[in-house]
Amino acid sequence: MHWDIALGNLDYFLYGTTTLDWQFPFIHKPEGLVASVILAFFGIFGAFWIGMAAGLMRMSKRWWVKIPAVCYIEVIRGMPLLLLIFWFYYLAPVITGQTMPAFTTTMFCFMVFTGAYVGEIVRAGVKALPRGQMEAARSTGLSHAQAMKLVILPQALRNMIPSFVNQFVSLTKDTSLAAILGVIELTRTGIQVDNREMVASFEIWITIACLYFLVCYVLTSYSRRLEAQLSRYQARDR
Amino acid sequence: MFTGEPAQWMWEGFCTTMQISTISLICAMILGVIICVLRMTPFKPFQWFSLAFTEFFRNTPLLVQIFFWYNASYFVIPKVINDWMNDLYYWFPGPFSLFGHQFVGEWMLFNVELFMGIIALTVYTSAFIAEEIRAGIFSIPKNQLEASRAVGLSFLQGYRYVILPQALRIVIPPLISQALNLIKNSSLVMVLGVTDLMYQATQIESYHAMPFEAFTVALLIYLAISLVVSFCITMYNKHFMIQVMY
Repeated sequence: MHWDIALGNLDYFLYGTTTLDWQFPFIHKPEGLVASVILAFFGIFGAFWIGMAAGLMRMSKRWWVKIPAVCYIEVIRGMPLLLLIFWFYYLAPVITGQTMPAFTTTMFCFMVFTGAYVGEIVRAGVKALPRGQMEAARSTGLSHAQAMKLVILPQALRNMIPSFVNQFVSLTKDTSLAAILGVIELTRTGIQVDNREMVASFEIWITIACLYFLVCYVLTSYSRRLEAQLSRYQARDR
Repeated sequence: MFTGEPAQWMWEGFCTTMQISTISLICAMILGVIICVLRMTPFKPFQWFSLAFTEFFRNTPLLVQIFFWYNASYFVIPKVINDWMNDLYYWFPGPFSLFGHQFVGEWMLFNVELFMGIIALTVYTSAFIAEEIRAGIFSIPKNQLEASRAVGLSFLQGYRYVILPQALRIVIPPLISQALNLIKNSSLVMVLGVTDLMYQATQIESYHAMPFEAFTVALLIYLAISLVVSFCITMYNKHFMIQVMY
């Protein structure tokens, strides 16, 4: 066995050439696990806003608001992420007129892709609240938008937190697809080291899998605990 | 795009995708049920094994698993199996031709890429399926089983006539969406060079320089599959979900 090779490259798997300083993006040339986490974090951050808009639009009564959101959510949920990534990779230069780095392309893809799933989470979270909440809010004199903002969403968002964390876990796993475009994140570093060393495939891929597992398992356990804690405060129908 | 070589490539890719998905769906169902049953046995080591199995394979990316099975499993699986996979065969009968033997002259070549892709998809999906089935069975209140025991049914009869008929109704929609996920995930085996739909789309992109046409057709095919399946789920929910009792 060649565990020394896998362990010797552990720093490359974890951060690669990443450097920290006070210049603007603060983290320069992210590689390895750091790049994966950055992709996942910004992906879920963008997806939250896209998904919130899409989910609320989907619940609208006006067809010209509803139809685009339905199309967006259904199309994105029906296609593989890999297809979306390839599509953006070829489409982005046509739209912007200049080449786009693979890192930015994939981050944008993760936002758009996860946004559709977050939209469904938002819709489910709002639908799960009893109708009486909305009716009571309206009867106290709030407008529909105010009731949504002040009564429904604060409760719904709290109930959605475990689903968000689960979506974050699945996005963290999906960041491995950036490797196909050549972004040097955790999976790509694994491919590189594997191709260079050739004899230590087993050890290298077990190490990579364990690194992903650590990140995802911590988040999964956290979401289970949150779910148990938050379910006590949920408004119910009876 | 719709005639000649590209169309033929896309059709072959579609067939390969469906072949991979079907085989791994069937295998994943069987493996998932086994894992779920192991989880419910009172014997502790079985429980630990299946817990570790589901947690590990659900929390690592499919791409890493595919690379693991294709690149790394060579170093751990026995030499006999490696030789069996890497050799040329004069004739290989039976169901294994499903795994895509290619003819090289009058010899047949075992398609290791396809085989390992199918194994990775199977294992990954079976972890999810095991969790879905377990969640379905646990969603039936425990006093249903107690009541069935009190009526005089045995443990297995209680499961057969009381728990499973209700649990299966709950389990089937998530299982169908897992099948859908499997079809979408099967696009990842292109990294091994399996000529599935996604691979053929990239192939057309680089060979005929038609990226948008190729990816649009691939998208439409994936979308058609998923819309048909989600329509089935909706119809199913309308017809059967009312009958579930709590």
